[in-house]
Amino acid sequence: MLNYIWAFMILIGVIYAAFTGNMASVTDAALSSAGEAVSLCITMAGVMALWMGLMRIAEKSGLIAGLASGIQPFLSFMFPRIPRKHEAREYIATNFIANILGLGWACTPAGLKAMEALAKLEEERGNPAYLAESASGNKAGPRIASKEMCTFLILNTSSLQLIPVNMIVYRTQYGSVNPAAVIGPAILATLFSTVIAIIFCKIMDRKG
Amino acid sequence: MATVLANFSNIIIPVIIFYIVAHGLLNRVQVYEEFVGGAKDGLKTVVQILPTLVGLMVGVGVLRASGFMEFFGGLLGRLTAGMGIPADIVPLLLIKMFSSSAATGLVLDIFKTHGTDSYIGMLTSILMSCTETIFYTMSVYFLAAKVTKTRYTLAGALVSMVAGVVASVVLTGMVV
Repeated sequence: MLNYIWAFMILIGVIYAAFTGNMASVTDAALSSAGEAVSLCITMAGVMALWMGLMRIAEKSGLIAGLASGIQPFLSFMFPRIPRKHEAREYIATNFIANILGLGWACTPAGLKAMEALAKLEEERGNPAYLAESASGNKAGPRIASKEMCTFLILNTSSLQLIPVNMIVYRTQYGSVNPAAVIGPAILATLFSTVIAIIFCKIMDRKG
Repeated sequence: MATVLANFSNIIIPVIIFYIVAHGLLNRVQVYEEFVGGAKDGLKTVVQILPTLVGLMVGVGVLRASGFMEFFGGLLGRLTAGMGIPADIVPLLLIKMFSSSAATGLVLDIFKTHGTDSYIGMLTSILMSCTETIFYTMSVYFLAAKVTKTRYTLAGALVSMVAGVVASVVLTGMVV
């Protein structure tokens, strides 16, 4: 994906500049942007080290695990048909908590595990498309996303986040008077989009 | 409302830091050692994303300097200006659905041209904190479950994203 986006930016940029006579400023932009990326990373290094250090403490003290079990009632509400002890619940909880705390590196692995576990749940339910995998090349039609998968992904992309760490760094780098001013509004906006996502999932879930 | 939000924004980080360290101490964690270990990983992450950031900031810089961005944003901006969404935000929202790091390049470009505390700067900050790379996440996650028919997932993700955009516009109007 990024392959095409990046190539598009570079190629279109140069071609458009050639036609509009902006080649000189493109040269300048290419060189100065590369330098800016490095100085941004230097600013970011401090904040990322601070945040990841704190998160390591939270991990070791059991705070993150505690939060994950704290959201179990919410999971029962959103995924009423996943059995209580199923491993999918655990992965979904870890993914949500990692999302909320802005732990990008922990999000994706847990998310992928959750999807695999949800696929296994379909297998356990005897969904033919998911069983076909083990039964040698039996064509059972395309795999259709289960309701749990839809709900999980919609909630995931509604991006509930407590502290937008990256955004604070970028704001600091570009001279914001109050870089943290984004936190309150960001939480409200993300809460709102998540509530809408929950309502949407619940409606689709009931539809049968 | 605006002052409540500002106060909240100001105190949340110290509160979280205090809580994490106190909780760690109470649970007999070697807080300082663990902190240093985690910080080391944080630095590694930054080093890992540096090449990506160089590539994307150059890409966005080139596109911006060529004048194409203004041309494209101007086209789309005419459609969205009435909704309180400035022209520069439109390409940002589109790119954000595919790639978070490419969107970062655009965000930094907006901060550079308009400042971070302007209407557009604040709107960008809030928007990026409440939207997610829908297409990227969907493709990676569904691939893991080998699912090809995604049913209402995309519709739900888009509905939630639109809700986030609306909330961002309203909130930006309140705080700036």
